[in-house]
Amino acid sequence: MTVIATESLSKRYPRVTALDRLNLGIAPGVTGLVGANGAGKSTLIKILLGLAPATEGSASVLGMDVRVDGARIRERVGYMPEHDCLPPDVSATEFVVHMARMSGLPPTAARERTADTLRHVGLYEERYRPIGGYSTGMKQRVKLAQALVHDPDLVFLDEPTNGLDPVGRDDMLGLIRRVHTDFGISVLVTSHLLGELERTCDHVVIIDGGKLLRSSSTADFTQATATLAVEVTDYAETPATAGSNETPANAEQPANAEHTANAEHTANAEAHEHTANSEQPARLDGAAALREALTAAGLRVAAPGSGEQTLPGAGHLVMVDAADESTYDIVRDTVVELGLGLVRMEQRRHRIAEVFQDDPQSATDPAATDSATTDPATTDPAATEPTAGPTAAGRLTESGGRDDTEGGGSHVR
Amino acid sequence: MSADPTPGASGSTAATGPVAPPRTPAASIHNIGYRKYDGERLGRGYAMRSLFVQSLRGAYGLGRSAKSKVLPMVLFGVVLAPSLIMVAIAVATDAKELPAEYTAYPLIMLPLIGLYVAAMAPQSVSRDLRFRTTPLYFSRPIERTDYVIAKYSAMSVALLIFVGTPMLVMYVGGLLAKLGFVDQTKGFALGLVMALVFSVLHAGIGLLVAAVTPRRGFGVAAIIGVLTIPYFATTIMQFIVYDEGSREAVSWLGLASPGTLMDGFQSKFLDGSTDFPGSIVPSNTAGICYLLVIAAVIAGSYLLLNARYRKAGL
Repeated sequence: MTVIATESLSKRYPRVTALDRLNLGIAPGVTGLVGANGAGKSTLIKILLGLAPATEGSASVLGMDVRVDGARIRERVGYMPEHDCLPPDVSATEFVVHMARMSGLPPTAARERTADTLRHVGLYEERYRPIGGYSTGMKQRVKLAQALVHDPDLVFLDEPTNGLDPVGRDDMLGLIRRVHTDFGISVLVTSHLLGELERTCDHVVIIDGGKLLRSSSTADFTQATATLAVEVTDYAETPATAGSNETPANAEQPANAEHTANAEHTANAEAHEHTANSEQPARLDGAAALREALTAAGLRVAAPGSGEQTLPGAGHLVMVDAADESTYDIVRDTVVELGLGLVRMEQRRHRIAEVFQDDPQSATDPAATDSATTDPATTDPAATEPTAGPTAAGRLTESGGRDDTEGGGSHVR
Repeated sequence: MSADPTPGASGSTAATGPVAPPRTPAASIHNIGYRKYDGERLGRGYAMRSLFVQSLRGAYGLGRSAKSKVLPMVLFGVVLAPSLIMVAIAVATDAKELPAEYTAYPLIMLPLIGLYVAAMAPQSVSRDLRFRTTPLYFSRPIERTDYVIAKYSAMSVALLIFVGTPMLVMYVGGLLAKLGFVDQTKGFALGLVMALVFSVLHAGIGLLVAAVTPRRGFGVAAIIGVLTIPYFATTIMQFIVYDEGSREAVSWLGLASPGTLMDGFQSKFLDGSTDFPGSIVPSNTAGICYLLVIAAVIAGSYLLLNARYRKAGL
């Protein structure tokens, strides 16, 4: 069963082609629709809601043709726009009740469903206050509630994490996941952040310039192997070096604060950059030493410069394939033996972006090679177009780190 | 003083301390999980009626904050007051007829009605545009035309209530004062026709101006401007041409503003007395033009509103 199906769907405006012969088949579940701004995401949603006619081709939502059954589709579908859309002078309850009635729910049912839905999205006492006084996170919840209040079979969520802080972002992504798992509602969620969708979606569709770039299941290539990210200092911490570098580190902190999880971490990283770059350039590179030692211990270690190691401040990261529990012990022992400071050690999954990385890297990077080999098997027949190669890698590189402060901060450019 | 409360306070904390913890779990809200909705979905027509009712209530501040009830209710009171006074005078003085005709009432109250339209039309449409709520409507079963029809008819009915209620008061008062059932009923019926045409015309103009000025403050000013400036300009011009002796031009000039348009319409077709200089009633040809212009303004407002929302969609 498919929730959304399009066949050769095109939308051309006088100047631009928004969608170009798009073929999609989306199954129930959480599906991510990724693309840069102007890639055609909003146009696709507009057509699927039956609000704009397609130039050519056909589309169906929940088995209904968008050209003839627009009103019936919109009765069974919810839509959460990207932009602010809430009047500030009414309460969330009043607003959502009104929207429920606009979806065709009788007055009593509208009130009951509103109370239920607002509770499910996490709005309690504040729902009786005017929306104008809400935080961005609360407003996003109201927007989600109005899309869910009529218990649709499918919701379109347009950039639901826009403008949220990292915690709010995680909450929202968790909520979106629950919309499918607990409420049984299929979700089509758009984002230009590739990183956040891999945690939330069962399936990711990537469009670019109105064309389908790729359509794959996320589970197939993000959960195949676990990767361990290890960050080490260049030297064992001695009070002397830490003390001498404290002042410059603090001064530089605001500029780089977003890349790090906490202030202590920042101070460390800055201190080491400082040490390595200007004061004692001849000193040993801790990450490189660890890489050698771990390879010698029989672990598979990613080559430097691959993947996210091109990111600023990520030079101290070592990516290790975690085969089993013993890997953690080996890493810990090795770090201690080398006399390095262990900044952090955390579990990673492979990321969708790795699929789009160029061949030269995957040749030296076992992790990337893995995902590249599993890749053709997991993609949809419709998606096995040759376009997914270098252009994709060029456009879909990640620019943000995967630290907690950044959330899913990987941008599709 | 400091010694006395201390034993009491410690005693009370000791008393509440053990009691409080067991009560907390009982107060927790049970999550009963998500419930699917299998009830009826009433579709497009119902959604449109809901929007109509919501907009109509909104036009009197009902279902909204107390603050937004003040202005419409005060204006409604002010527009009602003269009719009550007229009835009181008619009853007290045993008059043969009411001091004012039914059809003239909206014209006497013109500035006040203009104020009401200026306050409520932006409230009805500008909010949805300004806060970009319209995509939420259009992603639901209703079509764009349904939205326009619901908003337009709600504003028209709100105005009809605003203008028609004083007429009803006058009618009831006229019957109580025994001013003749036939006379009063005929006058009231003509008055209602006047009120209906007046409401639809002014609702259309008000909503259209409001829909193209999403900032509410500008909308209010623009509507007052559109309704009053042409009216005063036209009236002045009418007096000028009347003084120069061209009587025919007076009624043709009347086509130029909503207020004089209604004045000419009611004097020609509804038996009313006019405020035009020299009490000139439009000729038959001019009268047809009055009807055509009224129809054109109403139809034009509706079509332009639809065009406005074609652009304001998702």
